[in-house]
Amino acid sequence: MRGRRRTLEALSFELVMTVIAVIALVIIIAPSLVVLIVSFTSGFSLRFPPPGYSLRWYAELWNAWQLHFAAKNSLIVALWATGLSVVLGVAAALAISRSRTLSARLLDSLFMSPLVLPALAFGLAALMLFSLIGLPVSPLTLVIGHTVVCVPYVVRNTVAALAQLEPTLLESSAVLGASRLYTFRRIVLPLIRPGIIAGAFIAFMSSFDNVPVSLFLRDAATDMLPIRMWQDLEGKLDVTIAALSGVLIIATVALVAIMERVTGLSRRLTN
Amino acid sequence: MGAAPASRDVTSYGMGLAAPLALFFLVFFVAPLLQLFWLSLHNDTAGLQWGLGQYLHFLTDPFSLGVLGSTLLLGAEVTAVCLVLGFPIAWLYQRVGPRLQTIIILIVLLPLLTSVVVRTFAWIVILGRQGIINATLQWLGVIDTPLKLLYTQFGVVIALAQVQMPLMTLPLITALGRIDPNLDDASCSLGAGSWRTFFRIVLPLSLPGVIAGCTLTYAAAITAFITQSLVGGGQMLFMPMYLYQQASTLQNWPFAAAISIIFLLAVLAVVSVFTTLGRMSRGYGGA
Repeated sequence: MRGRRRTLEALSFELVMTVIAVIALVIIIAPSLVVLIVSFTSGFSLRFPPPGYSLRWYAELWNAWQLHFAAKNSLIVALWATGLSVVLGVAAALAISRSRTLSARLLDSLFMSPLVLPALAFGLAALMLFSLIGLPVSPLTLVIGHTVVCVPYVVRNTVAALAQLEPTLLESSAVLGASRLYTFRRIVLPLIRPGIIAGAFIAFMSSFDNVPVSLFLRDAATDMLPIRMWQDLEGKLDVTIAALSGVLIIATVALVAIMERVTGLSRRLTN
Repeated sequence: MGAAPASRDVTSYGMGLAAPLALFFLVFFVAPLLQLFWLSLHNDTAGLQWGLGQYLHFLTDPFSLGVLGSTLLLGAEVTAVCLVLGFPIAWLYQRVGPRLQTIIILIVLLPLLTSVVVRTFAWIVILGRQGIINATLQWLGVIDTPLKLLYTQFGVVIALAQVQMPLMTLPLITALGRIDPNLDDASCSLGAGSWRTFFRIVLPLSLPGVIAGCTLTYAAAITAFITQSLVGGGQMLFMPMYLYQQASTLQNWPFAAAISIIFLLAVLAVVSVFTTLGRMSRGYGGA
């Protein structure tokens, strides 16, 4: 009797946990699938399921020059912000990763703080500073603002990669007469490169997707893609946005698949 | 004493390498926040007259306090939903083979890297009057007229929970992976049932992950400007939109600055409460 009750009890536990997990996974994945399906509608509304299927909204996207312009701006700013984040972030990660001093820990908290502080408050603060020192908003201010909120991803992933590095490798290299720079180029950099790439990838994606900082730091001429989409959605529910979302979802899936191959992204984020 | 001089230690790099980023942060992150604080201590928009007027205005205005309260409540609701849904995912992850593990991680990861506007847009499609939920319920004959799901608290909570789910699930997966699986077996062989083992062994030992996940989810949920404004619509106002309206539409910078500082302090307070809990739980769960 007891054993029977035990198995029933174990079964109920496993059943409840598995059912909730599956429901949760469906909730996570469903929205992207729904958008993908709706983007192929032949109708004029976002009705689900669509009345018929066509590529008309993707064709429409081809001529949407406003979106092209905004996408180009977002891409340029994201590339610059990512480049700057990698240069500044990797150097800082090298300095703080193996140091146990108080200043290293304080710097680490400082560099991570943009991740938890409201980005909108930072955007407003940066706008105030720029107007105080007389620097007009421009693509330059956008790159600076984006770098502040994206650099934590580079620092975190590089520090994690450096933590995996065997110190004895560096010692052996030095004993064999290699200079520090040579050791860095030939030993350290190749070993931490996947970590840097993973960090740069996440930094790039978050810059490309940033709204709160861009809202304050862009000039009227610099339209950014997520802001354009947001404003289009506030006004009317445009099916073109569904097609654009479809493109972005497919691009993200492709990039994540490549990154998984190159850097083992999934293991990196759970260790 | 025994340590080698820094110049000969080949395994670490000088702190000087952190100087460029430290300087960058000082000028473009710390200075702006200090200036924000400075401006919030002024009663007039020009920033000439010192005073606590902006804070007094916020703290005595029932409308402003209501916005702050509903924002903090929203964060709590989203965090709770994410924890209840995210924990079983992390649990399932530890039970399946490596192939399914990669699939689960990629499913969890994908939304994190998909544009927030796209994810929010998806919820507009799902929750709308002609959306998938209303269409299904009408088809099943459960309802005659479409339910109002968009522009409701329920809609905002469920959309935000989906958007922020990875932030909860990833730390949980890490935490559960660190628990010795023998403890589970030991507990069961000593006669504790699965439920009891879960609540008495697995859950307490995963507390560092729970707390890390809750901190990230909470901070992200209350600052998620896009999802709040698109799914919540015009009737529901939360702190980020309130801040933006005051700063951008009304050009009331000192008051917007005060809202920012109050909001920053609220986020910091929540984060430090979670961090303290985390430090306490690590002594408990670190074994």
